[in-house]
Amino acid sequence: MYRIVDKIRLASNVVKMTFEAPLVARAIKPGQFIIIMVHEKGERIPLTVVVSEPEKGYITVVFQEVGKTTKLLGRKEIGEDIFAIMGPNGRPFSIEYYGNVVLVAGGVGVAEIVPIAKGLKDANNSITTIIGARTKELIFFTDILGSISNKLYITTDDGSFGIKGLVTVPLTEILKTEHIDMVLAVGPTIMMKAVANLTKDHNVKTYVSLNPIMIDGTGMCGGCRVTVGGETKFVCVDGPEFDGHKVNFNELMMRQKFYSQEEKFSCKLLEEDLCH
Amino acid sequence: MPLRPRIPMRERDVTERITNFQEVALGYSEEEALLEASRCLQCANPTCIDGCPVGINIPAFIALIRERKYSEANRKIKEKNSLPAITGRVCPQEDQCEAKCVLAKRGEPIAIGRLERFVADHSLYEPQDLTKRPSTGKRIAVVGSGPAGLTISAELSKLGHSVSLFEALHLPGGVLAYGIPDFRLPKYILKREIEYVAQLGVEFIPNVVIGKTILIDELLRDFYTVFLGSGAGAPILLNIPGENLLGVYSANEFLARINLMRAHHFPEYDTPVKIGKNIAVIGGGNVAMDAARVVRRLGSEVTILYRRSKEELPARLEEIKRAEEEGIKFIFLSAPVEFYGKDGWVDSIECQEMELGEPDSSGRRSPVPKKGTFFSLKVGSVIIAIGNRPNPIISQSTPELKVGKNGEIIIDLETCKTPKVGVFAGGDIVSGAATVIEAMGTAKRAVMSIDKYLIDKIW
Repeated sequence: MYRIVDKIRLASNVVKMTFEAPLVARAIKPGQFIIIMVHEKGERIPLTVVVSEPEKGYITVVFQEVGKTTKLLGRKEIGEDIFAIMGPNGRPFSIEYYGNVVLVAGGVGVAEIVPIAKGLKDANNSITTIIGARTKELIFFTDILGSISNKLYITTDDGSFGIKGLVTVPLTEILKTEHIDMVLAVGPTIMMKAVANLTKDHNVKTYVSLNPIMIDGTGMCGGCRVTVGGETKFVCVDGPEFDGHKVNFNELMMRQKFYSQEEKFSCKLLEEDLCH
Repeated sequence: MPLRPRIPMRERDVTERITNFQEVALGYSEEEALLEASRCLQCANPTCIDGCPVGINIPAFIALIRERKYSEANRKIKEKNSLPAITGRVCPQEDQCEAKCVLAKRGEPIAIGRLERFVADHSLYEPQDLTKRPSTGKRIAVVGSGPAGLTISAELSKLGHSVSLFEALHLPGGVLAYGIPDFRLPKYILKREIEYVAQLGVEFIPNVVIGKTILIDELLRDFYTVFLGSGAGAPILLNIPGENLLGVYSANEFLARINLMRAHHFPEYDTPVKIGKNIAVIGGGNVAMDAARVVRRLGSEVTILYRRSKEELPARLEEIKRAEEEGIKFIFLSAPVEFYGKDGWVDSIECQEMELGEPDSSGRRSPVPKKGTFFSLKVGSVIIAIGNRPNPIISQSTPELKVGKNGEIIIDLETCKTPKVGVFAGGDIVSGAATVIEAMGTAKRAVMSIDKYLIDKIW
């Protein structure tokens, strides 16, 4: 069992949660993720670790309550336990000096990108960050990312804060006017696809952090497979970061919807409280 | 004198069994076990023992059955095999001990597996013999809680060593938990056997991926020695177009959803499984049979596509027979070349007919494509069950280990030592995917070698 030691609601359906998981806390590196199970009959889902505090034995994740598992997790309170945490999984992001780096983050990707951003800053990269949200209420972590970044752009779909439009609006401008050595996009698949399409035209090296359906998270089931450069890769062990110009995003988006009907059904039961 | 035929084992009726996941083989009654045991010739020089990878004294335990000393028979088996309720169910006895039984030459061999199961089931809830050598104070880390890991943990614990058993998943058992379905190995049997291993003092540590959560070098700081028994858990795929369409599963994923995550009880359990109406399973081994038989229990029609002929099917005969009884169809001498889909979901397989050529390294005649003989098979889902190889996480994170071309860890076959001091390996991580008992057999060899290392302290 793994104790919840902190919980803060960042937005109406976005939660930041800290767990006691000392073995993970001491081993995890930027870009790696954990698999969690909320309860014994639960699903195994991947979550990126946002902060690790090895001296305390704590790890922190940020998640959006979209499916049954994240909704159940969101209902848990400080002092309660969850059934399983396994990790770190996946390969760490390769932290090195790239030069001028643009970080593009949307949704909970804004939190997930933080450890990589810190690492890149420590490696003396010049960092420009673009945060995208649907609306003002869903913007968070601007302080942290602002302090790491040389420049910070915020976009909202509805124009309620910052630049009106998608993350591609400022990115287009930056790519036209500045020399960029590397772009990293973390967020909804559709956003990462748009970013990769854009940077391809400018021939800028681009990494994306993929988030497919997983079960074991150790390369056993192959449920998370994606096509990268014409080859099948397992996101859990070969990723989660890949060359954005080589990822078959359409296939990934299709595979992410594999169980959307079942997910809806589960969520409906949960809301009716028939299940748990 | 004509030989009496072996006593058949009762099975759940086929119309009932495809409606649930209850165990199919029902085991011997006491009377049946006594009748079968009475057929044993109690050879002065028994050959059956040579066929057992862990060297169980088979005639001795059968003699104890005849005397109705079932608990003693169980102890006799457990001298060599810590998991008899499991091996009594899933061992391919027909290729091992029973193949070496002298009766096999003149008729049917003794049903050793069924007798082993009878004895193990009889004693399942009895207090077990937990006699151990005095504590040596030596700590050992065992990596992977499948057949090899459970075996070696139990044996080393009996020898007085202190064993910590690490598992990546949330439940112990490895392939016994995620791979083998309930109708072949009920979960309560697995649970009970694991309880026995725990009673011997083995500490079970779940949710730890050795090579990620803890590196081998870190383990070696806290433990005198490490045994790698993490099996062959990485699925081999076909690498043909369309393999990533929805509805195409590796057998590992499909079986893990059911056996480990209990997707057949969705929504009581949160993990779902979705398949179409006509399912194709690719492959001919035990895993293919398991997957196909699970599909039947989910209510779909299923066809097994195998590239060789019926004679070469690597699955146990008993499992093939049961699969056939359950209405599973077979298409032999055919291999998929491409998957086609509609709206992203697989809906047909383009197949090519094969013929058998020269024997390959496995000794089986190898399949050769027949020119221009393509056909299309309509499917609702596909399950790929063409084999597994060792997971690379440990070898990639431990450069001193030596790895073979299929990802297997190279060891000294006699001592089970890897090139890295203090690290031993055994089971499927060494041999590639094999049987439960073979994994246990190599683990047994490692026990002696590790014990010697712990006592002599010489690598």
